[in-house]
Amino acid sequence: MNEQEILAAKRTHLELRCRILQTIREFFFRAGFLEVQTPVRTPAPAPEPHIDAISAQGWFLSTSPELYMKRLLAAGYDRIFQIAPAFRSGERGRYHHPEFTLLEWYRLGADYHVLQQDCRELLGAVCRSTGREQAWRRRGKRLEVSGEWPQMTVSEAFRRFAGWQPEQDPDPDRFDRDLVEKIEPQLGFPRPCFLMDYPAGQAALARLKEANLAVAERFELYWAGLELANGFSELTDPVEQSHRFAAAREQRRLAGRTVYPLPEMFLQSLKHLQPCAGIALGIDRLVLLLADAGNLDQVVAFPPELA
Amino acid sequence: MGTTLTASDLRKGLKIEIDGDPYIVVDFQFSKPGKGQALYRCRLRNMISGTQFDRTYRSADKFTSADLEELQMEFLYREAKQYCFMNTASYEQVYLSEEQVGDAVNYLTENLNVDMLFFQERPIGITLPNFVELRVTKADPGLKGDTASGSTKPATMETGLVLQVPLFIEEGEVLKLDTRTGNYVERVK
Repeated sequence: MNEQEILAAKRTHLELRCRILQTIREFFFRAGFLEVQTPVRTPAPAPEPHIDAISAQGWFLSTSPELYMKRLLAAGYDRIFQIAPAFRSGERGRYHHPEFTLLEWYRLGADYHVLQQDCRELLGAVCRSTGREQAWRRRGKRLEVSGEWPQMTVSEAFRRFAGWQPEQDPDPDRFDRDLVEKIEPQLGFPRPCFLMDYPAGQAALARLKEANLAVAERFELYWAGLELANGFSELTDPVEQSHRFAAAREQRRLAGRTVYPLPEMFLQSLKHLQPCAGIALGIDRLVLLLADAGNLDQVVAFPPELA
Repeated sequence: MGTTLTASDLRKGLKIEIDGDPYIVVDFQFSKPGKGQALYRCRLRNMISGTQFDRTYRSADKFTSADLEELQMEFLYREAKQYCFMNTASYEQVYLSEEQVGDAVNYLTENLNVDMLFFQERPIGITLPNFVELRVTKADPGLKGDTASGSTKPATMETGLVLQVPLFIEEGEVLKLDTRTGNYVERVK
């Protein structure tokens, strides 16, 4: 097939993508959210042990709009969302593109339970507008959006599917491997599933749970075995955040990875940040699930190798 | 010597050395859970024994690419259970065992050019051309005029290979065969 034929064959998927984006915007406008845009090129991406940025003339392409979104929250913007390109170096697979589209939304005065409710309503609206109101079959498996979505703590999931407890034996290598090989394939059939309360060591920018400081108020939303969204009650303590950034930077240094400049402006804004919650959802993966496509290449017009 | 590779070089078709054997990545999946590390899940096939196994690599893992070289060789003759090939550039002769030649034996005729794969300068196998021409040495008489029907009959080739051919094929004719599927393609005029 030549390029014109390849692109023409994608029309159904691109139309579905457009419909999904339109529904998402309508959903958030109706809920009183402000759509914002933040820099795609940034001097200081969030220090994450396992996320590599793509450099651009001494700055970096955004790995996520998260830090800018929180700077807006710190200035009192109470409900904001963004549909933004994000870039991550070295991520290429069936479900990964080095350039992808993230939906992020944030709420002041909310915690991660409120975001879970948002997820239910948002995916409900998206499925209604794309003719997926009833259960359907994707790759031979039944999927359904209506009804009660299950939720499970990370600890329960490991006990049940991997046979060990991550809080008793913090081994990040084994954690990641078992999560990918034993747990993820079980999650989100037929309904989306929330995997809740990650070990504090994997809290990223999330607040620890008051009742149990060993875990963070962070969840991942899975559907059909695919990680769709990552949400949390945001950490708003500048001192704790500085410590975590320092630890992440040290981890990167030891692993021989680029250590990015510290996001100073973000750290300063934290002094003004009220309790809030935020979430990032992969748009390309959502389209993939509803389109019954087998990989991301099918649901974006120009995958990396054809760009 | 192979070159040093990292996990981010892994992809389908990559050939790496593990414990002194060449392996080819036959299936590959990139995974990255949440905020976790990148995992490279591979199915690997031993290029000599054919055995397969699954292994998950991490970003920090390093590999050596398999020291492989493909050379064009001409098949000369068979002697007992040895198959003699000649390097068409250097005229050097190489012997392969029946086991190393494998199913390719069904298509080997004198002077056929093949690609031979060497691992650390040792021959480990051959790749046939996609199409070869073989003479029919035995075929039952076909039905006169039956050139259109889909029915077939068995025929024996000069190498001993038996395959299904159209009814109109006769002994002594030369056929073009697809070595990848093992199917009859057409009659060579």
